[in-house]
Amino acid sequence: MQSQATYNYKVVRQFAVMTVIWGIVGMLVGVIIAAQLVWPELNVHEFLSYGRLRPLHTNAVIFAFGGCALFATSYYAVQRTSHAPLFAPGLAAFTFWGWQLIIVLAALSLPLGFTSGKEYAELEWPIDILITVVWVSYAVVFFGTIMKRTVSHIYVANWFFGGFILTVAVLHLVNSAAVPVMAAGILTPKSYSAYAGVQDAMIQWWYGHNAVGFFLTAGFLGMMYYFVPKQAGRPVYSYRLSVVHFWALIFTYMWAGPHHLHYTALPDWTQSVGMIFSLILLAPSWGGMINGIMTLSGAWHKLRDDPILKFMITSLSFYGMSTFEGPMMSIKTVNALSHYTDWTVGHVHSGALGWVAMISIGSIYYLLPRLFGKPEMHSKKAIEVHFWIATIGVVLYIASMWIAGVMQGLMWRATNVDGTLTYSFVESVKATYPFWTIRLLGGLLFLAGMIIMAWNMFLTMAGGKAVNAPVLAPAAAH
Amino acid sequence: MSDFVSGFWNIYVVGIVLVSVIGCGVFLWMQSTAKHVEGETTGHVWDEDLQEFSNPLPSWWRWLYYITIVFALFYLAMYPGLGTYQGQFGWSSTGQYEGEMKKADDQYGPIFKKFQQQDIMTVAANSEAKEMGQRLFLTYCSQCHGSDAKGARGFPNLVDNDWLFGGTPAQIKESIAKGRDAMMPAKGVKPDLNGDQIKDLASYVRSLSGLSTDSIRAQRGKELFAPACAACHGPDGKGMVGVAPNLADKIWLYSSAEETIIETITKGRANRMPAFGEFLGDAKVHLLTAYVFGLGGGVKDAPPAAVAEAAPQAAPEAAPADKK
Repeated sequence: MQSQATYNYKVVRQFAVMTVIWGIVGMLVGVIIAAQLVWPELNVHEFLSYGRLRPLHTNAVIFAFGGCALFATSYYAVQRTSHAPLFAPGLAAFTFWGWQLIIVLAALSLPLGFTSGKEYAELEWPIDILITVVWVSYAVVFFGTIMKRTVSHIYVANWFFGGFILTVAVLHLVNSAAVPVMAAGILTPKSYSAYAGVQDAMIQWWYGHNAVGFFLTAGFLGMMYYFVPKQAGRPVYSYRLSVVHFWALIFTYMWAGPHHLHYTALPDWTQSVGMIFSLILLAPSWGGMINGIMTLSGAWHKLRDDPILKFMITSLSFYGMSTFEGPMMSIKTVNALSHYTDWTVGHVHSGALGWVAMISIGSIYYLLPRLFGKPEMHSKKAIEVHFWIATIGVVLYIASMWIAGVMQGLMWRATNVDGTLTYSFVESVKATYPFWTIRLLGGLLFLAGMIIMAWNMFLTMAGGKAVNAPVLAPAAAH
Repeated sequence: MSDFVSGFWNIYVVGIVLVSVIGCGVFLWMQSTAKHVEGETTGHVWDEDLQEFSNPLPSWWRWLYYITIVFALFYLAMYPGLGTYQGQFGWSSTGQYEGEMKKADDQYGPIFKKFQQQDIMTVAANSEAKEMGQRLFLTYCSQCHGSDAKGARGFPNLVDNDWLFGGTPAQIKESIAKGRDAMMPAKGVKPDLNGDQIKDLASYVRSLSGLSTDSIRAQRGKELFAPACAACHGPDGKGMVGVAPNLADKIWLYSSAEETIIETITKGRANRMPAFGEFLGDAKVHLLTAYVFGLGGGVKDAPPAAVAEAAPQAAPEAAPADKK
């Protein structure tokens, strides 16, 4: 085993680079639709209209940017913590090209108007089948590598990655079940959900909330558990806490979906059950935040001059904030105010930009020099600038959406002395313009940060060459 | 009223919810009792330097977790959640809705009642009623008819004196309360019209409003108008209230562009104004009627109502009313 066996970094490199590229694309589309809300004239063509671009934005940032980041970091972490190169490297290469094909197909089909109409699962059935094939291959590569491991214990990051991979497979298969439309004896790309009415809504939000819980949380917690202790050079704060919050998190998330359907045709009992489990979810979520932030205890001084660590710790702070906000918004009386307003949009972005994007950015900055045989990124200063621009961007974004959301909620429920509504809907739209403008500015800043990152990445790559590190023998247990 | 098809599902839901909530607490309690030495690692090492401290669960975090579990059990005791069990507070979303509606009716009903007993002309002249009517209009009508009630493509202008279904108080009220369905069949009543003939007809229809057009085509179109269109739009194209719009008044619901008229004749038109009577109740419909009447186009009831009686009844069946 002392021969020159190396880790498979090629697929990690490919996914890491594409994380940055798709991040820019997805956030650019986000900036465009934010601008369309401020200047509706920008809806220049049906292909580029808000209704078509909005699902493109969500799919691009979640599945293209977030997905590539998860593939890159999980493939990297699982090899190194298993002390074994990736299982089935050919299949791993297939997951890269297959995932890129899915992204391109999404980028074409959504603007053309092909959609199943299910939020965060808009892609039509032929693409859904391709996703299934790629995802099963991903599971084979990941769990195959775990089985090949030369250490007895499975590192905590891999529990989270594994939970995320398994659950997303189940979520995707159940929610995407659909009947394709036949026209003149030929299968069309159009399909209709296998479920109807309130059952369809419940399945959709069981999927939707778990897409948040597993794709956007469990997977990124896996990332956190590898890269935060690595970058901080400190042991994980508490093994016990990681056990408890892992099982509690994956168990409880499964129940929380109905809080997306408060005060709808969903039965009262289902809404209540969704709400109480959303509240119970607070502690399991915070378990991850505590474990990440406390990992830094004894090494706080490193925050002063390590911008990568700044990204990671800030991401955990946003994770803690948005997982406090989420349970609060699931309380029916709060939801009665917040639902359908921009508060929800702000909440999502405090999680998506503050937590998911920032932990990904930090992890990718950690990875790039190691993948390209450099001691560090081309410019540390640029990472610092990126950090501050991104942080200001997120703060502008979520603060403007909080104010806008609460304002909308209050305007919609205000009544006159005769019981009529004080404001028509369009008046609330008009009042929101300034906040949409601030949000656009926040989004632009965040996008600008990503462009700085791409510049930094390409210069790091230009001065380096692709390397594959040798497989390490496990440390002797003591 | 039960949400369950059989008693089994009720028991299933009660069981699985209680076991899950309580299970979270039991799991937490079991995990809290393990012995830990603070500051020591578990002894496992991965990837050179990845290690884990063996620290216990932070106690404030454990208590936070327990509190949410206790709250959940309290909530399940008080509110519906355990299958068909309604909870000690007896709350339901339907009950809350009905309660709030009743309270609103008790509080605001008298304000609207006052006007309900007056006739539309009187209400239309009352400035307080006008303000209330406008607020209702902005909430329920402006999405289609516009904040200024001047309509939009496909949505009639309510400020002018052109009425597809009649502008007397009774007719306006019926439009609001019962809604209106309008359907112009493709190619009128002459399904064998070809593309060239449709173009001829479009030219003729434009000429009725004095718009520039190909006069030879318009001449040919005039001959086609009688067999294809006149049954509803009348021999002179001036339409009939509740049946078909006037084509000669320079008012266009869709557009006067030739291509739009060709599209209308080729494909027909279907349009609908939804019914608001059941949703808003007579008192609010009455106020809205007065508001719309008072916008300027209202037709006074002077010679009582040959049209008002005949037209609305003819409307739902005959009704190819929505063309132009």
